[in-house]
Amino acid sequence: MSMTESTYRIQGGTGEWEVVIGLEVHAQITTNAKLFSGASTEFGAEPNTQVSLVDAAMPGMLPVLNKECVRQAVRTGLAIDAQINKYSRFDRKNYFYADLPQGYQISQLYHPIVGEGKIEISLDEKDPDAHGKTIGVERIHIEQDAGKLMHDQHPTMSYVDLNRCGVALMEIVSMPDMTSPKEAAAYVRKLRSILRYVGSCDGNMEQGSMRADVNVSVRKPGDELGTRTETKNVNSLRYIQQVIEYEAQRQVDVIESGGDIVQETRLFDPDKNETRSMRSKEDAHDYRYFPDPDLLPLELEDDFIFDCKASLPELPDEKRARYKNVLGLSAYNAAVLTAEHETAIWFEELLETTDEPEKIASSAANWLTSELFGALNKMGLSIEKSPVSPQQAAELLGLVADGTISGKIAKQVFEIMLETGDGAAKIVEEKGLKQESDTGAIEKVIADVMAANEDKVAQYRGGKDKLFGFFVGQTMKAMQGKANPQVVNELLKKTLGPAG
Amino acid sequence: MSVDKETVKKIANLSRIAVTEAEADALVPELNNILGWVEQLSEVDCSKVEPMTAVIPNKLRLRDDVVTDGNIRDKVIANAPAAEHGFFGVPKVIE
Repeated sequence: MSMTESTYRIQGGTGEWEVVIGLEVHAQITTNAKLFSGASTEFGAEPNTQVSLVDAAMPGMLPVLNKECVRQAVRTGLAIDAQINKYSRFDRKNYFYADLPQGYQISQLYHPIVGEGKIEISLDEKDPDAHGKTIGVERIHIEQDAGKLMHDQHPTMSYVDLNRCGVALMEIVSMPDMTSPKEAAAYVRKLRSILRYVGSCDGNMEQGSMRADVNVSVRKPGDELGTRTETKNVNSLRYIQQVIEYEAQRQVDVIESGGDIVQETRLFDPDKNETRSMRSKEDAHDYRYFPDPDLLPLELEDDFIFDCKASLPELPDEKRARYKNVLGLSAYNAAVLTAEHETAIWFEELLETTDEPEKIASSAANWLTSELFGALNKMGLSIEKSPVSPQQAAELLGLVADGTISGKIAKQVFEIMLETGDGAAKIVEEKGLKQESDTGAIEKVIADVMAANEDKVAQYRGGKDKLFGFFVGQTMKAMQGKANPQVVNELLKKTLGPAG
Repeated sequence: MSVDKETVKKIANLSRIAVTEAEADALVPELNNILGWVEQLSEVDCSKVEPMTAVIPNKLRLRDDVVTDGNIRDKVIANAPAAEHGFFGVPKVIE
């Protein structure tokens, strides 16, 4: 397997530079309550209403770990083939900032809950196997999120909302295995897909439930790793790619003009499309970690891990392979239908309406990716909100499969289904859209068409074979599009005889 | 292991503790004394001893994922010197 993008290079004055990228993705764990307190995690509440005295770091408060956060981190680890550490522990990461009343973040530095794993990515979404690459995951650990600062509400003060403070995060740390902005985007996209399949994170980047710290360094091809910079809290796929492009070019410029790259924390400014040094974080790597004395080590039983494993759904890679190999879908359809879990669930509900899913899988996949996606796109709806259910779609496709209606009429019926919510059979019946396959009726129409176009019949028989389409069109028109096109073709060929 | 005056000042700064020059001068030997005592511990060979992480023979207790707390904003911001509109107000911190 090769990846064309591995040749991504920065053209400097001294030659070509290679870019090395590692990502630390912070994914908010989907839970009702926070990591160490019973306050709610729901997004969008009034400021400071979802804060317990533990989250506000009042003296004497003790953290108690939420079991669901542990379970979701383990399930996520298992989903990326990672080592699960039966012994892990929480550490205090000390720093002062207004969004962190404790003065430290409870995290896991020395003994993370999940060790090394891997994620398969692809640059060609239409044919993932053709351009695949494995990206290593170094670790996943559990930690607390900080609160939120608002700077534009008051002339001299910043406002602090601690609703997010103490919400559980997984930090998923990749190996420095990516070498282009596109690879980084493909990695985040795939990671997001896996998290959503697992159900451990909703992957909503706009609401901040998934954000990345982007580590970038440059080197001459074959050289040792260069010094890296870390750009914090980048919250969209596009920004991640912009950060890499900007940082790589900036680093090359610095080095080529005789300077050195300083290992530092930077901030991305999307308006100016640039990264800036965060001077306030000069001591950022001096966190004076130590084991949190409020929390005993976390020890996992085999049964617990086994249950986590058993609770995993079929994951995107397995599902895609099955769609291709068992259901016989094209690589493209298999990839498109499995990228989002909701799409796959919808598709499978459609297949469940039959005992022989292989028979309808391909036509259903084609219909879903063109007709349904097209309609949902126009309406601005996600597939879960589709006005047509998988069972209704199966009814429609069944009518095409048994020849009751043509593919063309099916489009018309689908539109009526979207508008009225009626079933396909009912619409076909009421609007009289049933396809005519009766040869006698069609032969009669063909005879009329030929009688009305004797000159064209003569031309056709004289060798102008392109006129065949004209006769098909006229016949279909006379029958309001309801004739079975296959039958029309056969009968016309027979009646007109050979061209020339 | 020992610390010098620069290190003492840096740690003080990271911990947001104001330390005068004179105090820093006094802290250097004091801290080095403590470090010296702790260092004596490394004379004991404990390479075959499991590190003790807690003095109580207990397992970490876990909580069910249920919302049992919150909606106590007045209590949360009761001590805040500059609370406004339900937020804590702090001196402007902006990058």
